[in-house]
Amino acid sequence: MKLCDLAVGESGTVRTVEDNSPADPTARRLRDLGFVGGERVRLVARGPIGREPLLVQVGFTRFALRIAEAGRVRIDRTPS
Amino acid sequence: MSEAALSTRIALVGSPNCGKTALFNRLTGSRQKVANYAGVTVERKEGRFVAPSGRSFQVLDLPGAYSLEAASPDEAITRDICYGRFPGEARPDVLVCVADATNLRLHLRFVLEVRRLGQPMIVAVNMMDAARRRGITIDLQALEAELGVPVVQTIAVQRNGAAALIAKLDVAGRAPAPGSETPNDLHAEVRRLLAATVRMPSRTAALDDAIDRVVLHPIFGLLLLAVIMFAIFQAVFAWAAPIQELVSAGIGALGATVGDWLPDGPLRSLVIDGVFAGVGTVLEFLPQIIILFVFILLLEESGYLPRAAFLLDRLMSAAGLSGRSFIPLLSSFACAIPGIMAARSIQNPRDRLATILVAPLMTCSARLPVYTLLIGAFVPRREVAGWFNLQGLVLFALYVAGIASALLISWMMKRWRRGDGERSLLLELPSYRLPNLRDLAIGLWERAHIFLRRVTTVILALTVILWFLSSFPGAPAGATGAAIDYSFAGKIGHFIQPLFAPLGFTWEICIALLPGLAAREVAVSALGTVYALQAASDDVLTSQLSTIVASQWSVATGLSLLVWYIYAPMCLSTIAVIRRETHGWRTAGFATAYLFALAYLASLVTYQVAVLVFG
Repeated sequence: MKLCDLAVGESGTVRTVEDNSPADPTARRLRDLGFVGGERVRLVARGPIGREPLLVQVGFTRFALRIAEAGRVRIDRTPS
Repeated sequence: MSEAALSTRIALVGSPNCGKTALFNRLTGSRQKVANYAGVTVERKEGRFVAPSGRSFQVLDLPGAYSLEAASPDEAITRDICYGRFPGEARPDVLVCVADATNLRLHLRFVLEVRRLGQPMIVAVNMMDAARRRGITIDLQALEAELGVPVVQTIAVQRNGAAALIAKLDVAGRAPAPGSETPNDLHAEVRRLLAATVRMPSRTAALDDAIDRVVLHPIFGLLLLAVIMFAIFQAVFAWAAPIQELVSAGIGALGATVGDWLPDGPLRSLVIDGVFAGVGTVLEFLPQIIILFVFILLLEESGYLPRAAFLLDRLMSAAGLSGRSFIPLLSSFACAIPGIMAARSIQNPRDRLATILVAPLMTCSARLPVYTLLIGAFVPRREVAGWFNLQGLVLFALYVAGIASALLISWMMKRWRRGDGERSLLLELPSYRLPNLRDLAIGLWERAHIFLRRVTTVILALTVILWFLSSFPGAPAGATGAAIDYSFAGKIGHFIQPLFAPLGFTWEICIALLPGLAAREVAVSALGTVYALQAASDDVLTSQLSTIVASQWSVATGLSLLVWYIYAPMCLSTIAVIRRETHGWRTAGFATAYLFALAYLASLVTYQVAVLVFG
């Protein structure tokens, strides 16, 4: 499943970040910021309008991502 | 040998939010210089300090970067300086790589990237106090052994918090970092380092979670944002007023004293009508600018600004901007120049362009002198609905008009340039921090200094030039009109007035518009000078400018000029900074043209309607 399909409060483990285009700069930046295989992520909150942006915790850091960005991150949901 | 050649050049590098600038302030105190890198408007902050041994150091505060694979103009500068290939910048002798102790997983990756360069470096693990409070323990010695480069702890917000770093810098002979030992998979290496050297009881600070539950709440969060914005504008006007009156009275008294002391003649006229009436008027706005920046700096330091960007991102992206545009646009309320410069943190070129183009529509503090003068003269001080003051409401409406126009224009630009790639946000929401008074004071001093420098250079020079143009040549013998009618300025004003006649501008306004191009607030000082020279007696000082304006202009003219200032690109520095930021005249020319067209149209409509309504 994709990172953007998580419900608020749910966690998952990153499988991979997919390139939307050859040498996708957004995907590369996501990997630089810590979205790499095996990393735990949690959806902390969503923006007030249109369920966007997503507030995602990865490692010790929180990032605001739009759905299009979070859609690149493939994850496995952690059963609660 | 020169001093620069003797001192050691160090550069601070690190990811955004690692506390690098606070550490820079701790190291260099007030001995810093802000300029731009050659050819680009990325702020170049340099300072110096002397270590206990007497060795002197030059410190460069490089823009924050998540990676040396640059994704924005800021990061490209950091990359190029680290590689020693930025034209005009010498390669630093030592790289001080700053990492936040509470965010090591992200920041150690960057440390490893820097280590790969194989240059002399020191790792400064910053905010050790915050880490300790959260129960995080870091074995610095083990980390130093693993990394093969010196590791020190720093607490940038504490006196002597950089002592360990200075001691480490203050030794002769530096070995280059073992760059080639860095493995390819940086993330795996970070995990290994963390497992070996760091113990962390929880992944986040409980306090951050608690605050974010309220601040990012879909309803309370937006409400809180609205309250904060309202409080800022209230404070800028209500709190600044008494201080402004003090400044104004002080300048008035000083002017009177100096006036008594000078003999009658051109010199006295220059000092009283030119310098005091002109520059003095502008100086009164320093309190407002400082109060606005106190709030902006507080919000920035505390970590709230990215939260506001999070809340507004969807709304702003619908209007063709991005949540990241919030910070540049908020700064533009103080001045469009730092606002436009702050837009370089926006990676998407289209969002960045839209932000730059609409930033001049945010009501900058330089418009305040114009607005306050005109509102004071033409809007009655009346209670509305028992709660509000009509003058305050009009001022609020002018701000709203600017914001609404900006949203409309960026939305139109989005429609024209449809489907041009995806736009990303990728914004870090850092931990909340208690703002540090010292850093706040240094930031404020920087802003006040820039303003005062403008007042004492550009604005002073223009005021003097305008005084000259308005005073010479003098009226011929037997002339009946005011002397200024016969001066150069009077002739220029009369010459361009027909162009602005449909907007209801008088020739005095036309004179004031010209020097006002250098800085909007100069229009007020120019009007001050023009009317002071025009008046029969000498005792007309700027405090009465509002009365003169009210008696000489029609209400329609006043309103038309107010609307003109919402849009008109009456600021050459803004145009110049747009040109520099976008590398060419195309965007700057477009911005100028569209803003002038809007201003002319809006003023025309306002004047014609107001004439019908008020007669």
